[in-house]
Amino acid sequence: MTTAQDTTTTKSPVAAPTRGSRFTGAVANYLDERTSISGITKELGRKIFPDHWSFMLGEVALYSFIAILLSGTFLTFFFEPTMTQVHYEGSYVGLKGIEMSAAYASTLDISFDIRGGLLMRQVHHWAALLFVAAIGLHMLRVFFNGSFKKPRELNWVIGFVLFILAMGEGFTGYSLPDDLLSGNGLRIIDGMVKGIPLAGTWISYLLFGGEFPGTAIVPRLYSLHILLLPAILVAALGLHLLLMVINKHTQYAGPGRTNDNVVGVPIMPNFAAKAGGFFFVVFGVIVLISSFFTINPIWNYGPYDPSPISAGTQPDWYIGFADGGLRLVPPGLEFVLWGHTWSFNIILPLIVLGLFIVLVAIYPFLEAWITGDKREHHITERPRNAPTRTAIGAAGVTFYAVLWAAAASDILATHFHLTIEAVTHSLQALLILGPIIAYLIAKRVCLALQKKDREIALHGYESGRMIRLPGGEYHEVHQPLDDYERWRLVDYVDYKPLMIRPDARGRISPVQRVRAVLSRWFFEDRISPATRAELESGEGHH
Amino acid sequence: MRTHTSTDARGRQTGRRHPLASIALITIGLLSTGGAYALMTTTASAETSVATQQSVNEGQKIFAANCATCHGMTASGTKDGPSLYGVGAASVDFQMGTGRMPLAYQGPQGAQKPLQFTQEQIDDVAAYIASLAPGPAVPDEKYLAGDADVALGGQLFRTNCAMCHNVAGAGGALTEGKFAPSLKGVEARHIYEAMVTGPQNMPVFSDSNLSPQDKADIISFLKFQNQHASPGGVDLGGLGPVSEGLFIWIFGLGAIVGVTIWITARPN
Ligand code: HEC
Ligand code: HEC
Ligand code: HEM
Repeated sequence: MTTAQDTTTTKSPVAAPTRGSRFTGAVANYLDERTSISGITKELGRKIFPDHWSFMLGEVALYSFIAILLSGTFLTFFFEPTMTQVHYEGSYVGLKGIEMSAAYASTLDISFDIRGGLLMRQVHHWAALLFVAAIGLHMLRVFFNGSFKKPRELNWVIGFVLFILAMGEGFTGYSLPDDLLSGNGLRIIDGMVKGIPLAGTWISYLLFGGEFPGTAIVPRLYSLHILLLPAILVAALGLHLLLMVINKHTQYAGPGRTNDNVVGVPIMPNFAAKAGGFFFVVFGVIVLISSFFTINPIWNYGPYDPSPISAGTQPDWYIGFADGGLRLVPPGLEFVLWGHTWSFNIILPLIVLGLFIVLVAIYPFLEAWITGDKREHHITERPRNAPTRTAIGAAGVTFYAVLWAAAASDILATHFHLTIEAVTHSLQALLILGPIIAYLIAKRVCLALQKKDREIALHGYESGRMIRLPGGEYHEVHQPLDDYERWRLVDYVDYKPLMIRPDARGRISPVQRVRAVLSRWFFEDRISPATRAELESGEGHH
Repeated sequence: MRTHTSTDARGRQTGRRHPLASIALITIGLLSTGGAYALMTTTASAETSVATQQSVNEGQKIFAANCATCHGMTASGTKDGPSLYGVGAASVDFQMGTGRMPLAYQGPQGAQKPLQFTQEQIDDVAAYIASLAPGPAVPDEKYLAGDADVALGGQLFRTNCAMCHNVAGAGGALTEGKFAPSLKGVEARHIYEAMVTGPQNMPVFSDSNLSPQDKADIISFLKFQNQHASPGGVDLGGLGPVSEGLFIWIFGLGAIVGVTIWITARPN
């Protein structure tokens, strides 16, 4: 991060050092003289505080992860990750004397017989839901701002890995208590794995250590959940933050903000209180929710037993899209060929969801290839200034949302008095049509907003004040913009479709042709920002 | 001016006294009839097995007036409603007692409406239907007290009922617009009767399938769930992960995003 002092040395002019940055400098000096850690203090003490709320979503994820770590550690003291059968003798009357696994019994003990245990379980689970939700929103923010562009593509991929790891952590954790609901969830995973052609059954046996459910799965998931996945997660998180510091944060366009600096208020005195407090705010919200709202009432679900199935079995929200995919496959896709059963009702959603996820992961590279844009970017793009990307994003969000809604199709049906078939068929149609409609609408809206911006940049705001000219003509006075606002409106890069040129041998390869077509699709509809010349002549008008 | 305000105030006062008084009256009325009603139901159901001829006659009249259009004058069925021979007093008590009969309209599943009959009238019709052909009787009080084995009942419920009614009894969707309703707040006798008669799309759980004691266990379990608030706090409708997910997005993340907006807001 660059401080205000640093920014004065960059090309663009900014205000003189504020009191805040002088204080920062003093702190840095004091510590540096004693520890020589100026590098670190500079980075952290002078970290520029983000000036837009959406830049704080990553922090929300980080803080909920800390809440997860703390509560999870508490749970490990009391949780017993084995499937040994025991008879429950704890204080919950509803399950007294019932045979169950030690995992389930110990989770009941945490809930009913260990002081603070239930709160910790609820903190752990609510924080997990918040964690994944914050990551999701954070990813959307980065996507719609184009903040994944060079040099940040790698950090996008790392962030994506974090998202997948978080879902993995959630799913393994969800299955640990060995209750009926999580067992049903595992059964679905088992079914999906078995649906993989040829190798499926083998993989399932490997995973569960024999026939489902076996007695091995809980200890195995436990190792994954508290050891392997968190270790990778913490490492990836460290890398993610490190790259963020190295690449610096993106910023919205404004006077003095260029691709070569970062402008903002240094974190140290001004915002330190607010920002430091923010951790406690996130933590506080989690604990408040956990004290007042039940989550995963496993005592209602009973111990896992393969025979009962509950109506309305759903996974946690972040796995919902996969469940929705399974619910939306049309029937009749299973057939026998060459002595094997081909369960396309399972393979198809696996392929579609797999493709979707891979597309998300590699999107920065796809876009860079299509646009041929190899420049570095540090300015946060306003979504409207990249209409095609915003439209793609809207389509993706719609696709995901429909899958997500499908995971609750039964609840939609009972609560809105619809038939489950009507809900399923509507969602099937929406899954295809929804993204297309969202794409078209988002693109139109972006272009319209761009047009409005251009209009305002050139002519100012409509003031609503009418004047009569000497010739009798009526005219509305337009209020000119100040520089700050105008900057925001006109400072964006205007791309043009790629011109594909023949290669050294004078030929245009088919790949390049495809690229040209894609590039034209990406950029053909655009509104150029008002140019300097236009602005100047425009200013003369009113 | 002063008189004006005082009349005004008085006017408002009387205006206020009026509804309050009627609300109090209605409450007292409801409480007393409810109390009497509760007393009557216990005695009435104990007596159903020794139905008097008078009760049967009374029931026949009510039936002819309200039910015969669909079930036929002799309860032998028409194209609009099935024969009621052998369905027993339990079925009538359940169908009328939960407001399902008389059926309002032909849909995928008969809906529940506000009760139209007193328990006495229901008992009369039940006696009449029971007099036509033998069928399951209204259950004995001793199975309805809710003091049987809760834990065992839970297990039986999960194996026999959860696939339609959801493990927590929150209800669930069936095909073609049918659904298994939520079991929250359903009376013990109606739970028992539902099991022995299998209304509409619900299977019959005969005594060889689930003994009366098993049924008492299930009833105890459902009562236990109804009476004990969730130890973890508000239960968000018992819908499980779907309501939890919606909650964290709307209220959890919503609250936090609100705070971030506040933090990054520039003082103007
Ligand atoms: C609008 C037509 C209609 C009216 C009126 C009507 N029913 Fe029904 N009834 C049906 C239909 C259709 C069914 C079968 C489907 C169902 O259970 O909803 C049925 C089912 C029943 C059953 C369950 C039969 C079984 O197999 O267990 C009982 C008992 C019953 N009715 C009693 C009554 C009584 C008592 C009344 C009068 C208070 C009444 N019905 C009024 C249409 C009607
Ligand atoms: C095949 C699915 C299915 C199973 C299994 C099932 N039910 Fe039902 N149940 C239904 C349906 C459908 C209804 C609604 C019937 C109606 O409206 O007439 C119902 C209604 C009921 C009602 C009446 C609820 C009310 O609001 O009045 C009770 C009580 C009930 N069931 C209890 C049970 C119990 C206890 C079990 C297990 C022993 C069970 N059910 C098993 C489908 C099922
Ligand atoms: C991103 C990281 C994590 C996520 C998303 C996550 C998620 C979950 C979830 C959803 C559950 C089910 C909880 C329940 O309903 O009771 C769970 C259980 C559990 N988690 Fe985690 N967890 C994470 C990290 C950790 C860590 C780091 C630890 C240990 C240090 C841990 C320890 C446990 C234990 C012991 C349980 C089972 C106990 C119980 O269910 O009450 N978790 N986790």
